[in-house]
Amino acid sequence: MIKTDILIIGAGPTGLFTVFEAGLLKLRCHLIDALPQPGGQCSEIYPKKPIYDIPAYPEILAGDLTEKLLEQGKQFEPGFTLGERAETIEKQEDGMFIVTTNKGTKHQAPVVAIAGGLGSFEPRKPLIHNITDFEDKGVEYIIKNPEIYRNKKVVIAGGGDSALDWCIFLSDVASEVTLIHRRNEFRGHLDSVEKVQELKNKGKINLITPAEVIGIVGDTSVKAIVVNQAQHIEKEFEVECDHFIPLFGLSPKLGPIANWGLEIEKNAIKVNNALDYQTNIPGIFAIGDVNTYPGKLKLILCGFHEATIMCQAAYQIINPGKKYVMKYTTVSGVNGFDGTRKEAPKAVVKKIE
Amino acid sequence: MSDVNITIIDREGEAHTIEAPTDMAMNIMEVVRAYELAPEGTIGICGGMAMCASCQCYVLSEHDLPEMQDDEDAMLAEAFYVKDNSRLGCQIPVTPEMDGLKIELAPES
Repeated sequence: MIKTDILIIGAGPTGLFTVFEAGLLKLRCHLIDALPQPGGQCSEIYPKKPIYDIPAYPEILAGDLTEKLLEQGKQFEPGFTLGERAETIEKQEDGMFIVTTNKGTKHQAPVVAIAGGLGSFEPRKPLIHNITDFEDKGVEYIIKNPEIYRNKKVVIAGGGDSALDWCIFLSDVASEVTLIHRRNEFRGHLDSVEKVQELKNKGKINLITPAEVIGIVGDTSVKAIVVNQAQHIEKEFEVECDHFIPLFGLSPKLGPIANWGLEIEKNAIKVNNALDYQTNIPGIFAIGDVNTYPGKLKLILCGFHEATIMCQAAYQIINPGKKYVMKYTTVSGVNGFDGTRKEAPKAVVKKIE
Repeated sequence: MSDVNITIIDREGEAHTIEAPTDMAMNIMEVVRAYELAPEGTIGICGGMAMCASCQCYVLSEHDLPEMQDDEDAMLAEAFYVKDNSRLGCQIPVTPEMDGLKIELAPES
């Protein structure tokens, strides 16, 4: 059982900034995220895109924002459960919440802050009629353990960075790698595209374009895939393989959170914005893009504000009746749980003669 | 005011003829969201960067639309339910020439 003060669901910018604000109040945080890395949309969808409305940053790349937020909060030693989706929540008699992930990891906290953005990212499944029959029987939408492909025949479908990067990686692991894409053009980073070209020239990757996987052949596991290729004349043929990995990106789904008994409106969680961004269940807060209230704006900077307000309410729940006044970091400095201290340099007092 | 009329068929097949402003730098995806013709969270997920295809639509009328850029083309190459008349709504700004435009939202995927 992982125990913490504030359990944050979602490790996007709002969740990451919560770590800092909570830390100033001496509250510890643990974050759960379905993605294997922190940053949420900023790292999954658009890490190389600039953002222009983060206060004091005229321009910052989404990936860099994630890095900066991690750095800002690191002295407060946040815990992470990554690559797992928060599945169920129960409230114990002592007021503690237990949140269990899809992999069975249990977390206990008196306060839960849902900073889930648009939801947890689920792989987009291609429209192949029998694909669900082969899930975990040779069809994988996410590569978790590359070793399972050692000396196997692998087909990857997709045209983005993850398709290219995994092709490059698996060309040294699998006995055969085939890349299938609907176009001849790929939109990955130039060096990845060039590397795949080089591996194709060396015969280490088979490239089938412009083509689409339209069926899967096999009894209990994948034996081959059916490909429709539309170069010059349209033709259909089978490619023998042990694994088929469709990499068509991820799309966010609110998912299990929708069944937690929270008041939902327009795919978002209703909160009390006049007070503390608490949901209809006391002790559960929703901050950032995942919440809604009159006048809501889905902006990172609004998520930061909501996180800050929420932490004050969390402090009151965790330390009932305890007196506290907000302090400026410039005055109080930042005392990390790791023993570090940041503080403003003392003014130099010197006599003028 | 320079509003144009646009007909949008939602994902349930219902047609809505709506007035879209041409002076607010809005695109088709944003118009759909402004009129709530698709549930929040199912359209415009990436915010309009041509990076998610959640605003894919089929262009049903013969309007001259801005030419497709590489990023839109590449995104559509990875999207599902793509047809010859597919476009990403977020890449089509609303302009006065668009009066009478008719589009259909592609299924959610």
